[in-house]
Amino acid sequence: MSDHDAAIVVEGLRKRYGAKQALDGLDLTVRAGTVQGILGPNGAGKTTAVRIMSTLLRPEEGRVEVAGIDVMTRAGEVRSRIGLLGQNAAVDEELGGRQNLEMFGRLYHLGARRAGARADELLARFGLEDTGGKPVGQYSGGMRRRLDLAASLIARPEVLFLDEPTTGLDPRGRTEVWNAVRSLVGGGTTVLLTTQYLEEADQLADRIAVIDHGKVIAEGTADQLKSRTGGDRIDVVLRDASQLARAAALLPGAAVTDEDRRMVSATVTDRMAALTRTVGALRAAGIEAEDVAVRRPTLDEVFMHLTKGDAA
Amino acid sequence: MSTTRDMGRTSDAADVRGGGEVQGVSTVPGPGSKLGWAAADSWTMTRRELAHWARRPVQVVVGLVFPVMMLLMFGYLIGGGQGVDGDFKDYLVPGMLAMTMAFGLEATMLAVTQDLGKGVIDRFRSMPMASGAVLVGRSVADMLQSVVGLAVMIAVGYAIGWRWHEGFVPFLGAVGLLLLLRFAMLWIGIHLAMVAGKPEMVQAVQILVWPVGFLSNAIASPESMPSWLGAVVEWNPMSATATAVRGLFGNPGADGDSWAAQNAELLAVAWPVVLIAVFFPLAVKRFRDLSH
Repeated sequence: MSDHDAAIVVEGLRKRYGAKQALDGLDLTVRAGTVQGILGPNGAGKTTAVRIMSTLLRPEEGRVEVAGIDVMTRAGEVRSRIGLLGQNAAVDEELGGRQNLEMFGRLYHLGARRAGARADELLARFGLEDTGGKPVGQYSGGMRRRLDLAASLIARPEVLFLDEPTTGLDPRGRTEVWNAVRSLVGGGTTVLLTTQYLEEADQLADRIAVIDHGKVIAEGTADQLKSRTGGDRIDVVLRDASQLARAAALLPGAAVTDEDRRMVSATVTDRMAALTRTVGALRAAGIEAEDVAVRRPTLDEVFMHLTKGDAA
Repeated sequence: MSTTRDMGRTSDAADVRGGGEVQGVSTVPGPGSKLGWAAADSWTMTRRELAHWARRPVQVVVGLVFPVMMLLMFGYLIGGGQGVDGDFKDYLVPGMLAMTMAFGLEATMLAVTQDLGKGVIDRFRSMPMASGAVLVGRSVADMLQSVVGLAVMIAVGYAIGWRWHEGFVPFLGAVGLLLLLRFAMLWIGIHLAMVAGKPEMVQAVQILVWPVGFLSNAIASPESMPSWLGAVVEWNPMSATATAVRGLFGNPGADGDSWAAQNAELLAVAWPVVLIAVFFPLAVKRFRDLSH
């Protein structure tokens, strides 16, 4: 991809906090109009990277361009093109939802009238129009995060940064935020999303960069990353747990058994052949299977594989 | 909840990126309008603080009543007036006005510390607003609060029998000196909040502000103190303001013999100006350095 199509270009980013090297040569290019997931464990450098990209923090080394603009030298211009949803709710908790959005609209220099109109529009869009003057501090976690998201969309950003948007939310709040994010995609906005949840990256992101110790250790689509753990897996669920060992012997390669789920699984190379062979072998051995399925590895498995340090 | 349905059916494409002039966000103002935006942003931040007050009326009222209680306590309960010639209330009220301004440091520091701990500051900093607006908004709001506080204290002072004797212009001069002291305390408060960072540190400063506040001539004349202590007290910036204000009001206590007492009006201007010249740039630099 040339820089021309890129909404975000990050090169050789380094940032140190005391003895800790938070970013250690991070490189990343995000194509305009896509959702880029940044996946990594706690302390991998995700938040530091987002804070630098969104002009809140200056790196020691490296270059960042957002919407074609250098964030270090022209931070003001970058700020009018981005939206940021940080880890902590970046809204005024003492004020009401509308008061917040109107205030931010004024600070984006929309003028009083348009700031008010934009506030009403976003409140309706995120299902917050009935909150009245209730202070945001009394909102549920999901509502607060939705207001936060609304605030980051006031200026119709070209690039939207979402830093762990669902951390600390209950499943319902998470679904609310996921739906809100999905509804943005397709409008031309570039979204950069950091997360610790593999499922979240799988659900929302077009491409995923896995980062650990401040640099990218793998990058690609979810499917590409899954392929990197070495092929598909076959899962066999038995009626009778006592037959697990016999079934494991029939599977190709090293099989893993799970007593609780009465399941045995193994890595396979040829999906269809493995399926046919396994079903035939089980029948011949008189082992009753409840379910036989071939699947791609989960991102969890990919992630464990990559962060173990044996990644290519 | 109706949320997901609502979000699904809106025309998202139009809402998010928005092309061309529909976007309508003034991005980079020219040099002429830059100052205009800075003023507008600062006013928006001031209004934010005013909205906070509307949300916590009890706290606002307590903030106004506390110095009044101090005034009444020293005026009636403790009484006395160590070494004061003339009416004690005429001596006490200007001192309490100066002390109220000086104690504003705590209020400012607490408010800034609480604000900095919140995510909303990150949002402000990620927006194309004037970088100093957060601090300027805070200072305008605190000054407004101080004007109201002074008005209440002056009204209560009048009610308990304090009078000024020198006419309207010196009266305004006295109010001006008091607010100048408050403005200096404000920037010290902002700077200390940036340095301390945590609300726990505010408590330490609150404890320290008290002896500094009372090591002044606010409630007792330095002439009643041991000479070394009297000297310390006279050079306290708060004492300079109190003495100068007493002079302008025509109240007793403005006719000491020491150089500091003789030049109280000069000191009442010089002290705050020097403090502002030191702490204003430090505070602004600290705020900018949040990005390091």
